[in-house]
Amino acid sequence: MKYSSQSVAMPYFIAAIGLFVGQIIFGLAMGLQYVVGDFLFPEIPFNVARMVHTNLLIVWLLFGFMGATYFLIPEEAETELYSPKLALLMFWIFLIAGAATILGYLLVPYSTLAEMTGNNILATMGREFLEQPLITKIGIVIVALAFLFNITMTMLKGRKTVISIVLLMGLWGLAIFFLFSFYNPGNLVKDKFYWWWVVHLWVEGVWELIMAAILAFVLIKVTGVDREVIEKWLYVIITLALVTGLIGTGHHYFWIGTPSYWQWLGSIFSALEPIPFFAMTVFAFNMVNRRRREHPNKAAVLWALGTGVMAFLGAGVWGFLHTLAPVNYYTHGSQITAAHGHMAFYGAYVLVVLTIISYAMPLLRGRAANGERAQVCEMWAFWLMTISMVFITLFLTAAGILQVWLQRVSDTPMPFMAVQDQISLFYWMRLWAGVVFAAGLVTYLASFFVKGDSKPLIHA
Amino acid sequence: MNTCAQTLVSPPALPAVASDSPARRLPGDLAIWFFILAELLAFGAFFIAYAFARANNVELFNEQQLALDRNAGALNTILLLTSSYFVVRAVQAAEAGQGRRAATWIAGGFACGAGFIVVKLFEYTAKFAAGVSLSSSTFHMFYLVLTFFHFMHVILGLVILAALWNGARKGRYSPGNMNGIETGAAYWHMVDLVWLILFPLVYVMR
Repeated sequence: MKYSSQSVAMPYFIAAIGLFVGQIIFGLAMGLQYVVGDFLFPEIPFNVARMVHTNLLIVWLLFGFMGATYFLIPEEAETELYSPKLALLMFWIFLIAGAATILGYLLVPYSTLAEMTGNNILATMGREFLEQPLITKIGIVIVALAFLFNITMTMLKGRKTVISIVLLMGLWGLAIFFLFSFYNPGNLVKDKFYWWWVVHLWVEGVWELIMAAILAFVLIKVTGVDREVIEKWLYVIITLALVTGLIGTGHHYFWIGTPSYWQWLGSIFSALEPIPFFAMTVFAFNMVNRRRREHPNKAAVLWALGTGVMAFLGAGVWGFLHTLAPVNYYTHGSQITAAHGHMAFYGAYVLVVLTIISYAMPLLRGRAANGERAQVCEMWAFWLMTISMVFITLFLTAAGILQVWLQRVSDTPMPFMAVQDQISLFYWMRLWAGVVFAAGLVTYLASFFVKGDSKPLIHA
Repeated sequence: MNTCAQTLVSPPALPAVASDSPARRLPGDLAIWFFILAELLAFGAFFIAYAFARANNVELFNEQQLALDRNAGALNTILLLTSSYFVVRAVQAAEAGQGRRAATWIAGGFACGAGFIVVKLFEYTAKFAAGVSLSSSTFHMFYLVLTFFHFMHVILGLVILAALWNGARKGRYSPGNMNGIETGAAYWHMVDLVWLILFPLVYVMR
């Protein structure tokens, strides 16, 4: 750690991992509810478990992004953080607000929560992923503004690099597009239209900038490849991401009441969305192959390479599978979507956050890298989680293909719930893959506590 | 792909290395070529989609194609080709060590590109007045999206040309330092190339 204020990243990373554990617990519960419908009913019905599962994911990734930023920006800007105190204050506000929101989901009926939190003043609740009560949404905006103020001020007084500018663009975009969560038109088509401006333009727009910047930062550090080369790649990747991803929003506009030209625009642009992810994979492998130093943190290199590959598979390939309008006509809102969602979020965003944690955490704990045993443990966690996620995706894909066939293609289409019974075998297998994922997560947690000869910091 | 990727990591001293074998040197920065290929892929995907849509509805496409302003299209083709020629002359001038003269050529190229924008705006105004919109027909959707997507590329190209003009005036480009001007020129030629396919495909071929 080069600047003492980078240490504010630590609580963010710890909170991220903690919420990650929560997300997986609810994921397992839901996986079981798929096949044992009344499990935990009526205490935690499926819709609540799903809301907690997805909201925890988003919140912990945001914690991860913020931690990554607090770690990365001082080092890139070559100056201390503008206000470490503000960063810590925002951490506690965000954590408490997040925890209170989740408890609200779990403890009171959603409609009561809506009444309690002023949804009648400005109705913003009830939309998938944006279920947060109005006060939480306002809290998110306040935390985001304070965070951006802190980061922008730090950058203004220090060195401005391509990596930090791209990261900042991504973060500002994240905050700006979130404002559409306050816009909730009564017309259902318009509602969905703008809803995607938060959801899609986050994950297939500005988050890609954040991801590319974090990956570029870690790759510079662990490979020692010239900054100029990495920056050139970064330019190409973010341009490709924006060119394809912005209008690629159109692939969500099929069959929901929007004009039919979206079928063309959505199909064409989103068919190209795998390209930036492919570029990211080539980028990661190329930089590692051309490395000029052997960084002692082998685990971080593995996470970085994993990010490239899994993001391309999950976001790129599995996205392409069902993105063309004629295909999506059949697959819209089926388990194929769930398969894509799981691997894309894991491959792109979970892995990039775990990459920066893997790189930064040992430094924050005062060493260049963890000892051999801890790293081996961490790599086991990587493989367990990654392989089980591949299986989760494959089982859901199989379930999805069967579902689409039985429910929508066959000459004698079956009703939804009858089809769900038919494909329950795949849900069972998905659940077991999820159990392995949880084992991987436990291994990951354990890797932080494995003692051993850590690699000392060498100040060059 | 692999070779591209490998060259991209070599230090930016590419032009100097390449001066040993001028015939095989890649003009401009490798990143721009990667970008150009991606752009061509995007337009290529559009052209293929256009072909499919047209094959399903030849009559509608032929009929509405006749309503397009081919003269404006032809004028724009001449403008872009001339502009590309000027940019070629600019690169040649810079390579001959006449960096400042390159600026004049680039200004000429910029003027032609700006002319394209003006002609296109007149064309769009007439079409919008005639009730053409993204939803009025599949042909109109392709016409508007393809030409507008290209239009935006012309605008970006003009920004790049303006930067090159500024650089050339400051004498930034010389025989040993061609990377910047070649990179910008390559992008501009791509804009031209796409139009050379787009114009016959959408305006002329039946």
